[in-house]
Amino acid sequence: MTVQAWTYLLVGITFAIYIGIAIWSRAASTKEFYVAGGGVSPLANGMATAADWMSAASFISMAGIIAFAGYDGSVYLMGWTGGYVLLALLLAPYLRKFGKFTVPDFIGDRYYSKTARIVAVICALIVSFTYVAGQMRGVGVVFSRFLEVDIDTGVIIGMVIVLFYAVLGGMKGITYTQVAQYCVLIFAFMVPAIFISIQMTGNPIPQLGMGSQLNDGSGVYLLDKLNGLSTELGFAEYTDGKKSMTDVFMITLALMVGTAGLPHVIVRFFTVKRVKDARKSAGLALLLIAILYTTAPAVAVFARTNMINTVSDQEYASMPDWFKNWETTGLLTFNDKNGDGKIQYVADTAKNELIVDRDIMVLANPEIADLPAWVIALVAAGGLAAALSTAAGLLLVISSSVSHDLIKKVFIPNISDKGELWAARGAATVAVIIAGYFGINPPGFVAAVVALAFGLAAASFFPAIVLGIFYKKMNKEGAIAGMVVGISLMLFYMLKFKFGIFDGGKEAVAGLEKDWWFGISPEGFGSVAMLINFIVSIVIMQFTPPPPEEVQEIVEDIRIPSGAGEASDH
Amino acid sequence: MSEKQKKASAYWKENVRYLFILLTIWFAVSYGAGILFKDALNEIKIGGFELGFWFAQQGSIYVFVILIFVYVRLMNKLDNKYGYNE
Repeated sequence: MTVQAWTYLLVGITFAIYIGIAIWSRAASTKEFYVAGGGVSPLANGMATAADWMSAASFISMAGIIAFAGYDGSVYLMGWTGGYVLLALLLAPYLRKFGKFTVPDFIGDRYYSKTARIVAVICALIVSFTYVAGQMRGVGVVFSRFLEVDIDTGVIIGMVIVLFYAVLGGMKGITYTQVAQYCVLIFAFMVPAIFISIQMTGNPIPQLGMGSQLNDGSGVYLLDKLNGLSTELGFAEYTDGKKSMTDVFMITLALMVGTAGLPHVIVRFFTVKRVKDARKSAGLALLLIAILYTTAPAVAVFARTNMINTVSDQEYASMPDWFKNWETTGLLTFNDKNGDGKIQYVADTAKNELIVDRDIMVLANPEIADLPAWVIALVAAGGLAAALSTAAGLLLVISSSVSHDLIKKVFIPNISDKGELWAARGAATVAVIIAGYFGINPPGFVAAVVALAFGLAAASFFPAIVLGIFYKKMNKEGAIAGMVVGISLMLFYMLKFKFGIFDGGKEAVAGLEKDWWFGISPEGFGSVAMLINFIVSIVIMQFTPPPPEEVQEIVEDIRIPSGAGEASDH
Repeated sequence: MSEKQKKASAYWKENVRYLFILLTIWFAVSYGAGILFKDALNEIKIGGFELGFWFAQQGSIYVFVILIFVYVRLMNKLDNKYGYNE
């Protein structure tokens, strides 16, 4: 069978499974729609959280980014896993005890203020929309490369599928499809990694293969070999990187704190029964995520070494099929500058003749390593599972922010449960259509903004929630001021240094690098904005009235794990 | 302070102490070993791995997973001790 036939088969089977699960687990009440009825087991929740969290960015892009960035790619590995430690220790158990449906629910009740709730809703919408547009785009890329439909058709197919199970099943449908999607995506990621690890080093465990000797009898360690190849071609040493230590530190911190503050991850912990289940499922989620996250750097090393070996200084005419296939997508381009018919792949941009989009590394890796057709097809099905599961989780946050936090809590408080359920479905539908629109017409800045979404979450939610739990005297004035200052500062820095809007547009961005405050990039600035949020909150609090007695009692109550009951809206 | 409140605040103090210890380790393996002291640790090689690089791309993640499970265990014990388990 050809790769394409295998792809149709595997994608078809997985899609049929997702739809079957959605029909079986459709939601009948708002409680099922928002928190899956509150009775999800820790293991199922751990798997769902892992699939929810691992998006097209983790599955498709991350190993590719690391392959080109080397040590600097560590910021993603540590940042996107270390955040779970913060989530498990500082947030999840207490938010579960609090027992409501959404993050703005917590902010609104803890800070006894509609303003705080609305600020939280706006932050949740900004973060979730930027994220979901990127997922739809990922779906389109996979469809266009492997099923040879154009990207727009791919996006529309993806929209219909997500619409079907998110709108019908709500959190309940999403949770159980995500369990299936986790299985698909982890299998699809591991199989080629294990194959290639055996091929290159003889060790079937990629995490160890990465640090092993090459299989060719030379006794050279793979990483030493790659360092050698990199410096020979003028790149930085793979295990060293070129970002400043301050920047690496700050970006890692912003990603960690941002991870802990992302609403679509936090709400997953509202779906389990008891506080101890919330803790346990955070641990399981990270364990399941770590399987992929410790394999990704190994994949990066394999892919980078393989790629350099295949292309560097070779005849263009002798390139294998995958090279030509990716050339037609425009994601890989060759320009024979010196006309010698050979590919010069070097760091010096004036002499470099090959441009490889980092997003293709994971998808092309099995082809580069010459693996069987079904493995290549499996990667396509895995990429789709990763993108769809995250998109569905985000859509749920968007729809619950609108139907629960705005319509029920602010505008129509006496709406019936049934009415609210329909509002939630309507909001999800509108959100899918908007996300699909951005997937088809991506604003040039989607990729950039996705990375910054973490900075925004770090600068707004994280301090408000942590102070809300650990600092009983924190009041609404402090929290609101902190959130507003934090997110505004982050937006300002992002607009100034990422989009150059105060200095004449995108072209000016590169020249502004020397003006970065303390040498911190926009990606890392979320850490600074977060610290300022904390400081502003605490200072303002000193000069304003303390929170009412009953709010302080809520805080004392959420610190005690027993008597959590089920999530409810009153 | 009532008996109930005393118990609650003792529980909370122990909880915060655990958090402090676990987060210190969290900081040490990632920001410490993986970033601040990376260059010094890279002098040490284990197999094909430079140690600082290993912490940044592998070791810190393993420790994170262990930390959460240790936390789960500690807290379950603490809940039992104070009768907050259910």
